[in-house]
Amino acid sequence: MLIQTILFYLFAALTIIPAIMVISVKNPVHCVLCLILTFFNAAALFILLGAEFLAMILVIVYVGAVAVLFLFVVLLLDIDMTTVRQGFLKYLPLGLGVATLLFVELFMVISYSLAPKFHPLPASIQIADGAHITNTQALGAVLYTNYLYPFEVSGLILLVAMIGSIVLTHRHREGVRKQNISSQVARKRSDAVEIVTVKTGAGIDGNIRG
Amino acid sequence: MGTFADNPLLHIGLIHYLTVAILLFTLGICGIFLNRKNVITILMSIELMLLSVNINFVAFSVEHHDLVGQVFSMFILTVAAAEAAIGLAILVVFYRNRGSIAVEDINQMKG
Repeated sequence: MLIQTILFYLFAALTIIPAIMVISVKNPVHCVLCLILTFFNAAALFILLGAEFLAMILVIVYVGAVAVLFLFVVLLLDIDMTTVRQGFLKYLPLGLGVATLLFVELFMVISYSLAPKFHPLPASIQIADGAHITNTQALGAVLYTNYLYPFEVSGLILLVAMIGSIVLTHRHREGVRKQNISSQVARKRSDAVEIVTVKTGAGIDGNIRG
Repeated sequence: MGTFADNPLLHIGLIHYLTVAILLFTLGICGIFLNRKNVITILMSIELMLLSVNINFVAFSVEHHDLVGQVFSMFILTVAAAEAAIGLAILVVFYRNRGSIAVEDINQMKG
């Protein structure tokens, strides 16, 4: 019990502190690296909760795809940090005020809703107790039966996002030679070669020899 | 020793995970307020908020022995990945056209 408590506080601190650094450090590359650290420790929190599959998905999707995408864009764009950092101190009191208010409100909500008189709805899909079925097996059994159509729709969302980002960032550049297969296939012999009988001493166009 | 073991800070329950989640959500809101000129940091703050929602879903799912929360969390992950991809693509196109990513110029995208 104690080791779980220590691990929880360690991972929670390592989730929150890099999250503070994400919104406050100057260098955007350090921002993205702090975001990656936050995601890793959130995945560790998921493992502590017993949701191993989501932890691995979090590492693969967030760290492997989203954070690396952020890193690529940060390195790709030449950002002028002096203009970008303007207004940080100006909005600091407002931001901290709103954040504190929101935190207090949310904390009051959760501490009220977790009071003993609050009864949740019965579970629709029970997590089986005992070690005979893993989290991944249980999730897969639900995902491909009860939630098949939402799962397919989420695949469709990813497809639309992929096509959308390709369409947005693809640009037609002038002066780049590309292979045009249809024109290659439609080419006829008469377009390329012509057989001319040339007289001796005379060129093709009259007298080339002069 | 009895008071030590009864300390609510030492028994990790639902409320601890929810506190971490609302701290992350608050930091996301705060990041949007503080970095009004930096679109990349705003997108990262949105990712933080989505992560906190995921922690909420998984904590409640484990607490109530209900698997639906984890399924829903997967769908949120999908939407977050799609949102990041589209947002960064828009950002790259905007930078290509304008040469900067200043937020106050973004209203030129309309019409």
